[in-house]
Amino acid sequence: MESGYLLSKKLDKALINLYNVYKFIARFFREVFVPPFELKETIRQSYELGVRSLPLISLTGFIIGIVFTNQSRPSLADFGATSWLPSLISVAIIRALAPLITALIGSGRVASKIGAELGSMRVTEQIDALEVSAINPFKYLVVTRILATTIMIPLLSFYTAFVSLIGGFINIHQNEGTSFTTFITQVFEAVAFLDLFSIVLKSIVFGFTIGAVGCYKGYHSNKGTEGVGRAANTSVVVAMLLIFVEELLLMQIINAFRVL
Amino acid sequence: MIQDEKKAKHTINRDKSVISVRGLKKSFEGYDVLTGVDFDLYQGENLVVLGRSGSGKSVLIKIIAGLLKADEGSVNVLGKDVTRLSQKELDQLRLKIGFSFQNSALYDSFSVRENLEFPLRRHYSHLTNSEVKKQVEFFLDAVGLSQAINQMPSELSGGQKKRIGIARTLILKPEIMLYDEPTAGLDPITCIDINNLINEVQTRFHTSSIIITHDLSCAKATGDRMLMLLEGQFRYEGSFQEVFRHTEDERVKQFYDYNFVD
Repeated sequence: MESGYLLSKKLDKALINLYNVYKFIARFFREVFVPPFELKETIRQSYELGVRSLPLISLTGFIIGIVFTNQSRPSLADFGATSWLPSLISVAIIRALAPLITALIGSGRVASKIGAELGSMRVTEQIDALEVSAINPFKYLVVTRILATTIMIPLLSFYTAFVSLIGGFINIHQNEGTSFTTFITQVFEAVAFLDLFSIVLKSIVFGFTIGAVGCYKGYHSNKGTEGVGRAANTSVVVAMLLIFVEELLLMQIINAFRVL
Repeated sequence: MIQDEKKAKHTINRDKSVISVRGLKKSFEGYDVLTGVDFDLYQGENLVVLGRSGSGKSVLIKIIAGLLKADEGSVNVLGKDVTRLSQKELDQLRLKIGFSFQNSALYDSFSVRENLEFPLRRHYSHLTNSEVKKQVEFFLDAVGLSQAINQMPSELSGGQKKRIGIARTLILKPEIMLYDEPTAGLDPITCIDINNLINEVQTRFHTSSIIITHDLSCAKATGDRMLMLLEGQFRYEGSFQEVFRHTEDERVKQFYDYNFVD
């Protein structure tokens, strides 16, 4: 064992990091309910992080709808069951694809943006400048951004589901000649309340993760410009990793409810 | 060459200490930066803290502003011990302390106008739009940059950024100004402008200031009193002449010689 360390240098560092993350999250929940509520900044961040992601999400969601439908068709065609395509794609998109794709795009676009932005504010002493002006930087920068992602990712997930289904419908209509009314009827027949609950729950968790990871990495950035780059990069990597782990856990929990 | 700018007359009240630091110690990961710092800043005074890079000068003013916590010692600012204040009390005290950062620390997503409006609107929410506008214009005029009001920080030069940073600080009408390396990275002419501005702030707004620098022309032009930080403590104190002209300490001589490029 190295001298001066409780366990080993790496393990000590990992445990300290974990404790710091816990403190960071606890501070968020402590400050989010205490005025001032920074409503204006939260709306600004929601617009910046959410509305500005719409073009990318629209394109990705639409293409995924088409591609997923196209790739599912041969398997169903083998059983002469292509009429089940609307049900299949709606379940897949709403239960899993929409929140996951939105969260992954959010990680790439939003978590990196937050990490780089806060990281650069840290190294250029803008966060210190807020603090010496008696403005709570945690509340103004961190709470607003985490709230914005937690609110916007669920909304964007529904939007992704919508554009993906449109993409799927266009593909089905062209190949099977299914009408819009039939398509919609089949979609709603296949989707249960628990599926809608699952998209909301997952995307709230994913949104919180994206905001929290980006803010944590950026807010604790150091070592100058190199640190800013690292904050942006690790924000994306850690957020994506956590989202996959969360997806796995939430899927198990929701499936457990499904059999009840 | 070290400039000989004449300072305007101002009153220093040596009976009233606005900052009083005693036995201040701070270390980072086992490395002792401040090993027992004692000093007073008097009302109306410009106090220059000199020292080499990494000597702990910036750490000192960051502790005074409550940005860093001291390991030991007391830091009394306007009668309140910064080390013992609650967050709310510290925030109230911070409104009386202006901090000019080495890299200006302007909010780069805000224009110059918004940079000045932001702290004002946060702390004086009762002010009307026209009152805010008036204040912003007054303080931009005070630093000689009225024309930059709609510019973004990225469009400004280093000297302009420093001035805007000082204006943003002054808009909250602080009693104490803390300048962290105000002339670092600036050309000699801009340095003189910044030195003049620091003196003007002292006389016009009646502030007491600590100026952290390793630039002797800045120290000489702005300081009423110098403190030399060596090995974590203040080893020398006095006027510029007293500290530099009659010293036998090789470290101080070296510091002077490297600055004095005449």
